[in-house]
Amino acid sequence: MPLSKASLSVGDQHSEQVVDNLTRTQIIQYAGASGDYNPLHTDEIFTTQVAGYPTVFAHGMLSMGLTGKMLTNYVGDGRLTKYGVRFVAQVWPGDTLTATATVEDIREEDGVSLVDLSVSTVNQDGAEVVKGSATARIDA
Amino acid sequence: MATDNFPIEAGHIMLFARSIGDANPIYHDADAATDTEPGHVIPPPTFVQASAQFTEGYSLRPEIGQPWFGSGKEPTGIKRESSGGGGGTGFHAEQHYEYHAPVQPGDVLKAVDKPGKSWTREGRRGGSLSFSESITEYYNQDGVLVVTARSVGVQTSRVVE
Repeated sequence: MPLSKASLSVGDQHSEQVVDNLTRTQIIQYAGASGDYNPLHTDEIFTTQVAGYPTVFAHGMLSMGLTGKMLTNYVGDGRLTKYGVRFVAQVWPGDTLTATATVEDIREEDGVSLVDLSVSTVNQDGAEVVKGSATARIDA
Repeated sequence: MATDNFPIEAGHIMLFARSIGDANPIYHDADAATDTEPGHVIPPPTFVQASAQFTEGYSLRPEIGQPWFGSGKEPTGIKRESSGGGGGTGFHAEQHYEYHAPVQPGDVLKAVDKPGKSWTREGRRGGSLSFSESITEYYNQDGVLVVTARSVGVQTSRVVE
């Protein structure tokens, strides 16, 4: 259901757990679908022995995709006009992520009603992994 | 990510939605999608990143017949010159999208890369950090700009802890 101007207030929040116990297999699925086969995400031997990391880790774009699921569930299908993030920290296998959108502004632009959202995704320890913002069309 | 031919395909959208754990029927069920506001299957908001599949010479996809830097018999298939301790890595630092017009299966997008800025700063975790920005504009088969993507990459001088 798209959001409507009348039902929204600055400070409103929507939160979803977007992944529970991230698996290496899901990271591989993302590699295959997105086309980013970087061994840092898919190859434990390369990542530990050559690159020097404790294990493989998620593509930033997987974290952004997971976070985007929360956004589209909140604002409705095809309603986003902008979505941008900074990748603040790495996401590791076993992580559980919770994504939250917060209403920052409700406004009109060229006769279109819009909501501006801040976006934050945290892991099971409460550490932020993705920070960003989004704008979506809402019903008047 | 430049390519003249990024076909938007229903199966690819379904696989991409699965990979981000999104069970929304609008990504895999054409019948259910007719009852939604867009009225058709649409890709998830980060889907255009998968244009990498259609970008010739994309460096993070193994090239048929060429050595690959991931493991096989050895931990890496490409021995690199030592860079004096090195261990630095390229990372994706930021990604931003603007959505201008709908996209659906059957569309064929053209992705055009535009140069962005570059800058350097000292990082707390990874030594010196070199940032570079790239902008990709996605046009549909009618020449309509559908998505603008802005990506910021960062190269660290050592392993990020």
